[in-house]
Amino acid sequence: MLELANIRKVFNQGQHNEYWALKGIDLDIPPARVSVLKGPSGSGKTTLLTILGCLARPTEGRVRLNGEDISGLPERFLTEIRRRTFGFIFQQFNLIRGLSAIENIILPGYPGGTPRAQLLARAETLLADLQLAHRRDAKVEWLSGGEQQRVAICRALLNDPQILVADEPTANLDSKLSTEFLAILRRLAEAGRTVILTSHDPLVVESEVVDRVYSLRDGQLVEVVDTRRAWP
Amino acid sequence: MKPWIERQRHLIDFTAQSLARRKGKSLGLLVVYTLLVFVLASVALYTHALRNEATRVLAGTPEIVLQRLIAGRHDLVPPGYIEKIGRIRGVQKIEGRLWGYYYDSVLKANYTFMVATDREIAPGEIVVGPALERTRELSAGNGVSFRAYTGELHTFIVAEVLAHESELVSADLVLMNAADFRRFFAYPAGHHTDIALWVANPLEVRNVGVKLLDALPDSRPILREEVLRTYASIFDWREGMMLALLSAAILAFGIFAWEKAAGLSAEEKREIGILKAIGWETGDVIAMKFWEGFLVSLLAFLVGYVAAYVHVFHFEFALFAPVLKGWAVLYPSFALTPQIDGLQVATLFVFTVLPYTAATLVPIWRAATTDPDTVMRS
Repeated sequence: MLELANIRKVFNQGQHNEYWALKGIDLDIPPARVSVLKGPSGSGKTTLLTILGCLARPTEGRVRLNGEDISGLPERFLTEIRRRTFGFIFQQFNLIRGLSAIENIILPGYPGGTPRAQLLARAETLLADLQLAHRRDAKVEWLSGGEQQRVAICRALLNDPQILVADEPTANLDSKLSTEFLAILRRLAEAGRTVILTSHDPLVVESEVVDRVYSLRDGQLVEVVDTRRAWP
Repeated sequence: MKPWIERQRHLIDFTAQSLARRKGKSLGLLVVYTLLVFVLASVALYTHALRNEATRVLAGTPEIVLQRLIAGRHDLVPPGYIEKIGRIRGVQKIEGRLWGYYYDSVLKANYTFMVATDREIAPGEIVVGPALERTRELSAGNGVSFRAYTGELHTFIVAEVLAHESELVSADLVLMNAADFRRFFAYPAGHHTDIALWVANPLEVRNVGVKLLDALPDSRPILREEVLRTYASIFDWREGMMLALLSAAILAFGIFAWEKAAGLSAEEKREIGILKAIGWETGDVIAMKFWEGFLVSLLAFLVGYVAAYVHVFHFEFALFAPVLKGWAVLYPSFALTPQIDGLQVATLFVFTVLPYTAATLVPIWRAATTDPDTVMRS
């Protein structure tokens, strides 16, 4: 599905504060599974996630999506791939304040030029799926943390992406909401979506929902553990 | 094509929502820009209408006015000059005119006294311009006295007040018959102030002027087109003066608007990061900001222009009139004929909408080209 080969990433290259965040990562993300990148702060998991999600380019190495090398594509094509293939859930949810839940959800559909009525219908289906239909027109700043995250999930799913990427998704949730979130992830993976998370929350890492855990330390992959399902 | 249109509609929707979310900033900008357009459009509309009004009023005046000069100064035309001109081909009519200036110490204003050639005025009667009607509270049937330069007091009865439509040129006018005029100013018999000539063919006017100079070398023919040109340059000069005076204010408005448009708040930068992360291209973000600049400045342009139109044509340019239209103590008061010049509207549009729209794009370019992964780290 997603393969990384010898990925290296440097910040402030050539300057006195040059810093190598990733030092040669090789990994393969399986389709329709929940994969977790874990590691202490500064281990490079968020940097790795941005490269996996086409939000950033590696300094060195190759990224292949469904066998196709996408690491050298110009920004425009990369954006197109990102929009069609990936859905993002951010740690701070990153919803746009002042807009209603449904207005936030349809935002990723704007650049594609899909008619508004279709976008709204799709968003309403997603809201109903996540039991949030009653909060359709509420401004996002009025929603609880759990509700905001569900809006963020709906937004991530609007373009029906193959891969869902989430950065520390439970960092701002209590245990009950975290468990609910993991249950949603399980449904998505069972429906055939690939889910990639970063987390250092034991509730997530040790969850039975997770299929594979990649451990990172100092920019290197130190361990890969398959946890739940039998692998082909 | 259809997805492109849909996309622009989405972007406009989002922009309108963004503007509504930042009511304070958006309203501030709108007010400032509307004011700027209002001032510029008021001056432009007014001077344009004034020029047209002058052209319209002067359309009925003679094609050539002949003055006699002594030592380069305007002097009275002595008897016999009209006869000397004789029959010049192309001249329809020749007429000796009598007019002069009178200083009214009561109002500290100058009036133009003139003998009417197109109407009969009975001895002892006068016809006055609308400014005199207002300032000296005259109306038909009233008596008014003027002390002549000889010291004698002359009393006249007002027979009529001139129509307000012609006030641009008749505000301070006092019309009377020739005998009264000559007696009041002790004007030498047989002399005239100047000679008016009407020429049927506009192409012949210059030729007639040359022939007049040949026949009367001590005279100066003044063509109507020259008068019109002088009026136009006076209005241009006044417009320029006005704009120069306003330029400081315009500049201040411009800087304020630029700063408002060009400065991106942290919230806006964060939003751009989010939009890029969820799949918006740099081009989408720039297009969205373009629509924002365009919608604000277009709205400001429309509101400002309509307000200027109402100000000029319904409220007689009340805010700036004294600067632009007065050239005497007696300001004419008149309603201008509403007129819109397409080129003028286009020029104003180009100078107001385009710079602002461009100003909004400069900072967004930098913000929009930042990597989308920054949002992950905020």
